[in-house]
Amino acid sequence: MSEYRIQGATGEWEVVIGLEVHAQITSKAKLFSGAATDFGAEPNSQVSLVDAAMPGMLPVLNGECVRQAVRTGMAIEAQINAWSRFDRKNYFYADLPQGYQISQLYHPIVGEGRLMISLDEKDADAETKEIGIERIHIEQDAGKLMHDQHPTQSYVDLNRSGVALMEIVSKPDMRSPAEAGAYVKKLRSILRYVGSCDGNMEEGSMRADVNVSVRKPGDAFGTRTETKNVNSVRYVMQTIEIEANRQVDVLEAGGTIVQETRLFDPDKNETRSMRSKEDAHDYRYFPDPDLLPLVLDDQFLADCRASLPELPDAKRRRYEGDLGLTAYAAAVLTAEAETARWFEALMEACGDQAMAKAASNWLISDLFGALNRLGMDIEDSPVSPAQGAELLKLVADGTLSGSLAKQVFEIMLETGDDPAKIVEEKGLKQTSDTGAIESVIAGILDANAEKVAQYKDGKEALFGFFVGQTMKAMQGKANPQVVNELLKKALA
Amino acid sequence: MSSTELTDLGIAAIRDGVRDGSFSAREVAQGFIDRVASAKALNAFLVETPDHALKAADAADAARVSGDLKSMSGVPIGMKDLFCTEGVTTTAASHILGNFVPTYESTVSANLWAAGAGMLGKLNLDQFAMGSSNETSAFGNVISPWRRKDGSNAPLAPGGSSGGSASAIAARLCPAATGTDTGGSIRQPAAFVGISGIKPTYGRCSRWGTVAFASSLDQAGPMARDVRDCAIMLGAMAGFDAKDSTSLELPVPDWDAGLSSNLKGKRIGIPKEYRVDGMPAEIDALWEQGIAFLKDAGAVVVEVSLPHTKYALPAYYIIAPAEASSNLARYDGVRYGLRDLPEGAGLQDMYAATRAAGFGPEVKRRIMIGTYVLSAGFYDAYYTQAQKVRTLISQDFDKAWESCDILLAPTAPSAAFALGEKQADPLAMYLNDVFTVPASLAGLPAMSVPGGLDGQGLPLGLQIIGKALDEQGVLNAGLAIEERAGFTARAAQWW
Repeated sequence: MSEYRIQGATGEWEVVIGLEVHAQITSKAKLFSGAATDFGAEPNSQVSLVDAAMPGMLPVLNGECVRQAVRTGMAIEAQINAWSRFDRKNYFYADLPQGYQISQLYHPIVGEGRLMISLDEKDADAETKEIGIERIHIEQDAGKLMHDQHPTQSYVDLNRSGVALMEIVSKPDMRSPAEAGAYVKKLRSILRYVGSCDGNMEEGSMRADVNVSVRKPGDAFGTRTETKNVNSVRYVMQTIEIEANRQVDVLEAGGTIVQETRLFDPDKNETRSMRSKEDAHDYRYFPDPDLLPLVLDDQFLADCRASLPELPDAKRRRYEGDLGLTAYAAAVLTAEAETARWFEALMEACGDQAMAKAASNWLISDLFGALNRLGMDIEDSPVSPAQGAELLKLVADGTLSGSLAKQVFEIMLETGDDPAKIVEEKGLKQTSDTGAIESVIAGILDANAEKVAQYKDGKEALFGFFVGQTMKAMQGKANPQVVNELLKKALA
Repeated sequence: MSSTELTDLGIAAIRDGVRDGSFSAREVAQGFIDRVASAKALNAFLVETPDHALKAADAADAARVSGDLKSMSGVPIGMKDLFCTEGVTTTAASHILGNFVPTYESTVSANLWAAGAGMLGKLNLDQFAMGSSNETSAFGNVISPWRRKDGSNAPLAPGGSSGGSASAIAARLCPAATGTDTGGSIRQPAAFVGISGIKPTYGRCSRWGTVAFASSLDQAGPMARDVRDCAIMLGAMAGFDAKDSTSLELPVPDWDAGLSSNLKGKRIGIPKEYRVDGMPAEIDALWEQGIAFLKDAGAVVVEVSLPHTKYALPAYYIIAPAEASSNLARYDGVRYGLRDLPEGAGLQDMYAATRAAGFGPEVKRRIMIGTYVLSAGFYDAYYTQAQKVRTLISQDFDKAWESCDILLAPTAPSAAFALGEKQADPLAMYLNDVFTVPASLAGLPAMSVPGGLDGQGLPLGLQIIGKALDEQGVLNAGLAIEERAGFTARAAQWW
């Protein structure tokens, strides 16, 4: 794909990237307890006895989290392991009440899969690349320490303690920040389509550990570093760039790369060492004796597969093939699950596949333009798909001209009213009353006799001027096609 | 009936007497409450809860009137202090829990209360159930009511870890008590004090709300004065619990109704590997006596081989500490229990200070062993090997079941030893579990019943091990021994 190279004093360096993405599984309850998982709740208001690791408390697996992980695995065409097991990862920290995290080291629920990325999703001709996925396993999240509540002590909020995560581990298949960015975006898009994670990186429901190493092209892999908890696509890309360049500098100065855990500091635009391999924890993984192995039967797997939605790549092919949309439009409409859902609701309300192009154009230019201006996401659009379809139908049946439709749409955005009501109340209906239009045209031609003469002398560009004048006189309500025809006749 | 006579009664006798109106449940409860109060010298109870027992007794008396008696109505019991009890201090006999008062009730204790039982108090135990003599309790060791005949008056160990339960029942402070058994903690103390106790199949009793020692081995069970009482109480304790993922989703048989000492057609296996070197002749003689009892009850006796028995103890002392090292990580001073926060201490210092102050030496030893065997570089050599041994032990039993239905063996390699006698040598202490650990590793039901007395007049126990889920077969064999052993000896009251 992209030939991303770092130019060093000793020549070109290639960057090798692998990502471990932690995605919070969308579920009402935690992975092993019934406590709620709502974001932003009062500290320690969503903590069960199990989450607080009270004596004698035991984990009970939440089946919904398993279902979501399996569906995600299926969406990346991965091997689903019908037999998996939970292990304890032991370490002491105040945000980890049990003193261990329940995870899956030895036998993850999802095995090898893959993801297709494109550096420019909106360009049908852009090169694509397959990124291998090593595994997905399920594990518990930890709580959150708060250091700003007391001068000498730290507080802990256990709301997040025990929340279900999927750790999605890629193979070291990426070679540039752009590829890594495309991977995260594509993965997030798939998670949202599947509905297994909201992909909200600002709220921390998706974050990445970034593994980076550098090598001379053709050499064996270099020693990697792992930068933890990077929480936006931009930061992932920045982390790689900064870390790869740092490694090149170290190596070219005769140093060696230490395998270590690092931290990205966006304010200083640098990565810093957190701990090296020497003082890495010995996690003492062993199978959790409180839980039985997780065995998935064929019916469960079949139900998971049947519940999968159409995924972005398939959807894009269908939009191009069946709906006849441009590659660009199909890519834009399918990049995010919410957009595709909106578009399909719009198409359903239109009830006519022939309107696909008009609907796609309107959504991409008018609706997106408006939402952009309002700083809103499509989920919060003040205009519903049904209202959008009604507007498009009013254009299709000639009730509204394009420019009238834009006016109606603006009013819809402001008031939330239905287009038919607006047309009715504001009298914005387009007129095809030839008599009325002819009399307006006659008046305009009379008032602009000089220009009429010029036009007839061959200055045909003036035709637009007459159209504009006519439309203006008719307050935009004249059917432009009728205006065109009548003007041509009058000027002939 | 005098209150002394009432406190000589077991579960079935109390249940029947309350039902028939021979006495009130309140009289029974009061009798035991008084005995508990006068037996501080045994150090069996950590907390006394007379109100709990009286409330249950009053409910039982009311239920008699309304004809609504349950299987344990009016029976006041002792609760091993490993079970979390709502509103009642729960310590696991460790300082690390501080003055922890649970806001929840363990499933096993809740089941018992639902069956009409009441609680006399919380019973002392080895700290976190780690020990075979009760000497690891942070609140002083329990003393056995038994004394040797030699007049030495040396205080004897009641066994462990359910030593408080054993001592209290033997001293008639309660008719029955809960125990937990990880590697023999019900069976060995039952043997030491001349009572009965059964560890059911792993998964029969929910572990929810029981302070964990080693999750894959921990199993609750009843300790009582006879086999029938064990059958009644196990029926009340057991049952599927969705809150414990390892709980067995099976109906609870009516073991009491199923009791029969007729063993005609049963094949009793005698595992030859249990004849260990240096075993006292008295233990051997007891075993022979047990074999004779079972033959007399109609059983056929066959010799069987459990070839991996000698690896059971080492495997157990890897697996149990490994799980314990992880299970006990939650006692960190952050959310409940003891917190030792030295001046200017950071988080790691607080952990170290809290755990150093809160855990006793035996608990620390096992945490260290467990941490070691799970650490990088040693995991395969220890933990993985031990798990393989565990599988082989299970297969040994499966093989044995091809030629027999029940196994008979001694419960412990000796009678009760004196307090302090083995404390200096942890390995000698661990050897106490040599006969009980294999059934624990295989998750099989096993019980100890009194078989007789040794030369010093101390009780000796016989162990019956059954197939998974065959508690009935185990109880029936126990009953056959009980009927023939005619064990009526009791400790003279000195306290």
